[in-house]
Amino acid sequence: MPEITREQVAHLARLSRLALDDDELDGLAAQLDVILVAVAQISQVTDAADVPPTTHAVPVENVTRPDVVAPSLDRDAVLAGAPYAEDGRFRVPRILDAE
Amino acid sequence: MNLTRLTAVQTAAAIASGEVSAVEVARAHLDRIAAVDGAVHAFLHVDAEGALAQAARVDAGELSGPLAGVPVALKDVLVTKGIPTTVGSRILEGWVPPYDATVTERLKAAGLVVLGKTNMDEFAMGSSTEHSAYGPTHNPWDLTRIPGGSGGGSAAAVASYEAPLAVGTDTGGSIRQPAAVTGTVGVKPTYGGVSRYGLVAFSSSLDQAGPCARTVLDAALLHEAMAGHDPRDSTSIDAPVPPVVEAARRADVTGLRVGVVRELTGDGYEAGVQERFDECVALLTELGATVSQVSCPHFAYALPAYYLIAPSEASSNLARFDSVRYGLRVGDDGARSLEEVMSLTRAQGFGVEVKRRIVLGTYALSSGYYDAYYGQAQKVRTLITRDFTDAFTSVDVLVSPASPGVAFPLGAKLDDPLAMYRQDLATIPSNLYGGPAMSVPAGLSEGLPVGLQVMAPTMRDDLLYLVGGALEAALHDRWGSPLLASAPELEV
Repeated sequence: MPEITREQVAHLARLSRLALDDDELDGLAAQLDVILVAVAQISQVTDAADVPPTTHAVPVENVTRPDVVAPSLDRDAVLAGAPYAEDGRFRVPRILDAE
Repeated sequence: MNLTRLTAVQTAAAIASGEVSAVEVARAHLDRIAAVDGAVHAFLHVDAEGALAQAARVDAGELSGPLAGVPVALKDVLVTKGIPTTVGSRILEGWVPPYDATVTERLKAAGLVVLGKTNMDEFAMGSSTEHSAYGPTHNPWDLTRIPGGSGGGSAAAVASYEAPLAVGTDTGGSIRQPAAVTGTVGVKPTYGGVSRYGLVAFSSSLDQAGPCARTVLDAALLHEAMAGHDPRDSTSIDAPVPPVVEAARRADVTGLRVGVVRELTGDGYEAGVQERFDECVALLTELGATVSQVSCPHFAYALPAYYLIAPSEASSNLARFDSVRYGLRVGDDGARSLEEVMSLTRAQGFGVEVKRRIVLGTYALSSGYYDAYYGQAQKVRTLITRDFTDAFTSVDVLVSPASPGVAFPLGAKLDDPLAMYRQDLATIPSNLYGGPAMSVPAGLSEGLPVGLQVMAPTMRDDLLYLVGGALEAALHDRWGSPLLASAPELEV
């Protein structure tokens, strides 16, 4: 069934926030096609039509806890692991276009 | 007494009786690592200072328990406060976590001595440890071959006597397949049996941490030390830990009903693997088990279902690597936008297999394809679970080979993703179902280890140890020694 195009892979890479170069896109398109043909076998499972999907291996219910303030990680310790921090905050690249 | 050759049980007893100190045991293992890890490369980080400090606390009587003073190696997917955690990826290179995973915390509190962090396929995606950004681990049985994956480092550390115990994680077989190809014991507990808090997520509905060891009883003790309810993991099961240690000690299969899964034999399995498996099944009958053939028709679709579900969850989980909160940032020159910096960082920080799975998962989740791929895979997952629960109405446990082949040469399947994925043929069904499963040494084929897999109903992890323990004892009698005793000595 699948025939995934280079353009589709480029779109998926963009959605995935992966700046892939041309060689990577070509390679990935060929590999994904092979993989998708293999995984598309699951369409052959005809008795799945009326079966509920499993999202989780064990039945889980919402777990809640009392809404009270409890100790959490130290701010400086967390920021120490960030690539850039400033004034007690994560520093990020600009998110708005320059004037 | 060669301290690195002792089992965890023997080590703990020797420390408790005062025959040796925990510091001596830790030193012996650090020396062993220094001597052989250049060739094996099981470790990404060795924490000698922390290990010796923890051992000294055990010697001072500050910590006690059945495994107090026993060294353990942790797969580099478990966060460790103050010790680098990379998940085998460049994107987290140099990151030092500010907290401990629940598993890390529990093992430290039980007096275990953390030696360091073990190598793995990047983000646990792989079956050979060749997808580690820091170079592959080598199989101690034959250094030119793979140690399995993704937890090849943990399995190789145990098999090469660098550590008596290690922790792995298993999303599609990453504890059991490495155990099989290194001649060690590896267990994936029931999903929800061991806390995932502080475990860097790959596929959250499948990931589960578990023990790696040289004996079934050692694995049971580690299992017990790490398992149990954790309020910090909302999928953690709030029930007592199954009696795994008691089962490993009893090791009796008399009257136990064992089902051989028809769909997990024959085609796709190497002849030598099949032979060792058949011998073990015959042995189980001799030991008093009732063996029958069982059919699980949807297992044939476990592999495609898994390779849709796991990459889909991964594509979402790995979105957190955004170049802001931890790890790498590339191209932040003041001119580029957040999106550009993020995309450059992720392109440089992730390796080829991780990128492949992120894109595959993004595709499977995208509108227009969701129902045919991800939605259908989740339905197939339900059918696979029903195959298990149907089978468990007539048998107590299921068995199969743990891996379709013995350890293959490094590089042999690196350019063929599908061939690599097929290594997980037998191990994936239990992840999709959520039940526990074990690989236990079954013998050699072509001079390399073969593993037998035992699968049990959810929260019946004890049954794995009953079967694994019985098989281990009977094979030990037959061989006159543990399987690992026939592994070649590593050059020191």
